[in-house]
Amino acid sequence: MKSTFLSRSELIGFAILALIIFIALPMALDSFRLNLFGKYLTYAFVAVGLVLCWGAGGILSLGQGVFFGLGGYCMAMFLKLEASTPENTSIQSTPGIPDFMDWNQLTELPIWWQPFHSLAFSLFAVVAVPVFFAFIIGVAMFKRRVGGVYFAIITQAFAAILTILIIGQQGYTGGVNGITDLRTLLGWDIRTDEAKEVLYFVNGALLFVVLFIAQFVRKSKLGRLLIAMRDQEDRVRFSGYDVAGFKIFIFCLGAAFAGIGGAMFTLQVGFMSPTLVGIVPSIEMVIFCAVGGRLSILGAVYGALLVNWAKTSFSESFPELWLLGLGGLFIAVVMLFPNGLAGIWSQHIEPRLKALFAPRGAPKSASQSTPAE
Amino acid sequence: MFADYSMSELGAIFAMQGFAGLILFSVFVLMALGLAIIFGQMGVINMAHGEFMILGAYVTYIMSNIFADYMPALFGMYFFVAMIFAFLASGALGLFVEWALIRHLYKRPLDTLLATWGLSLILQQIYRSVFGAREVGVSIPDWMMGSLPLTDMIEVPINGIFVMILAVTISFGVWIMMYRSKWGKQVRAINQNRVMADAVGINTAWTDRLTFGIGCGVAGVAGSAFTMIGSTGPTAGQLYIVDTFLVVVFGGAGSLLGTIASAFSISQAQSIMEFFLSGSMAKVLTLLTVVGILMIRPQGLFTLKLRK
Repeated sequence: MKSTFLSRSELIGFAILALIIFIALPMALDSFRLNLFGKYLTYAFVAVGLVLCWGAGGILSLGQGVFFGLGGYCMAMFLKLEASTPENTSIQSTPGIPDFMDWNQLTELPIWWQPFHSLAFSLFAVVAVPVFFAFIIGVAMFKRRVGGVYFAIITQAFAAILTILIIGQQGYTGGVNGITDLRTLLGWDIRTDEAKEVLYFVNGALLFVVLFIAQFVRKSKLGRLLIAMRDQEDRVRFSGYDVAGFKIFIFCLGAAFAGIGGAMFTLQVGFMSPTLVGIVPSIEMVIFCAVGGRLSILGAVYGALLVNWAKTSFSESFPELWLLGLGGLFIAVVMLFPNGLAGIWSQHIEPRLKALFAPRGAPKSASQSTPAE
Repeated sequence: MFADYSMSELGAIFAMQGFAGLILFSVFVLMALGLAIIFGQMGVINMAHGEFMILGAYVTYIMSNIFADYMPALFGMYFFVAMIFAFLASGALGLFVEWALIRHLYKRPLDTLLATWGLSLILQQIYRSVFGAREVGVSIPDWMMGSLPLTDMIEVPINGIFVMILAVTISFGVWIMMYRSKWGKQVRAINQNRVMADAVGINTAWTDRLTFGIGCGVAGVAGSAFTMIGSTGPTAGQLYIVDTFLVVVFGGAGSLLGTIASAFSISQAQSIMEFFLSGSMAKVLTLLTVVGILMIRPQGLFTLKLRK
């Protein structure tokens, strides 16, 4: 029976990615590098969300860092509270509160920090807080049919606002340093190598859950509607669909993915700071998606891995070349490869592979024109 | 909070604060004018706008060094020469960028945004390699230093007044160009109906390029003016970009008057709130208000009636 959820080439694509993430990378890399790749994979969550919003829905958000940051901060607040037991912080003037609060002369935990004592609440907040903000932004913007570049600029303004807010409110947020010195998750030390390996696999598994959700959305009626909205918004509206509702949903879904990515970032890297929230990281997340291919959810994962890997290796050896390279990448992707790696794959490599392996004289398969996913 | 001050002191504080707001207003106007041309008239998102301003600032820096080394007698005048060169340098770069990049992307506004962001990264790195990562400051001519005492307690810095005069002059210049020149008429015609403008014989491709170049040139002049009140670093341009876009969008794209009105309201709101709150909270509240108003009124304060 032919599955409508995954075509054969898509199934192969998922299987190859699973092989790379769960077998090839852990075998090839030492624990430090594996942790780095785990960090890159957290950006893939954002990139997959952007494929849905931007590639499929035509909504370019330059504020995904906001949701990534909100998710990450929710996780970091829980871990920070766990690390700031009265015993650990006995040298402070007020033991039991996070160190940066003590440095800023706060004498008790702010009320909105209180619920983050509970892991269940924090995990809920990791998804709920980004979705809540995305929902407000989405309702305000899409109901009024604001889209395109205006949406991009306003989401970018949100990235700026949140960064200024976090840096300005040092006593509550840890300021420019962010929330650092995170130690344990329910007593389990997350700083050891074994813990990092376990987290890497948890991260990979979550990424696949997200990928399957994204694939499900794309194959569903909603996915078709999104593409229709991107190409001919008015026609969809005249057909009786609530365009704004679909846009809000997909924007919230992207925000939820980004929030999960942020939380996994905090767990694996061990801190969260405003440098991951602002304008620059937000727009870099768009380039991960663009390099991988804005139409392909698997491409987005490869894009996030590749760009970040390039960033790390370039900035280790030629720091001044990296910005030139990244800038050139932005321009090249837009001018030469608008569909990114996935576009190159589906247009140039896959047809040749098919021609190579297809039995001679066989009719061309109908699925040839579908992009490699 | 006012109990500690006497009436006259309060008056002086508000006057000084208002003046600080006016300087901020001039800065916003200067930043936004170039973008009002490029984004407002052409609909092109130029994320590298800040870097074009910084180019103007660096040109001014070079000119000030040249004048100090070779023509110390004329040093008081260097700024005016520098401004012209800043306009030419940024304008020329703008023409080139339009030819190489922007003209291929008019149909894809979101892609323009990404490509110009890439351009801004490249320019930043070039500035860093050429001028170093540190901020540079120009030496201000003597006549621009010091401040003008209005009353016993109110003093206004001369360079601030100078930047204000510049902002007014350049706004007026842009207004003349937009609404009283042949080029301006063509630009507005293209903005209203590109196909028709083409049909009546306007060279739309060339007008686009010229418009982009002029917008970038105005940005260069703005950057040149900024050297009078602050120093210049390779990444300084990035700090301005969100503010600048918000000013233009808030004013209503395509309306010069709207841009100026929105620059005025945003700058005054921010500087008044800065007196009561910390700087960062004032900024956050201002931006949130602007974004909030934009959500209620997405078309901005002033709108052009257009048939799309």
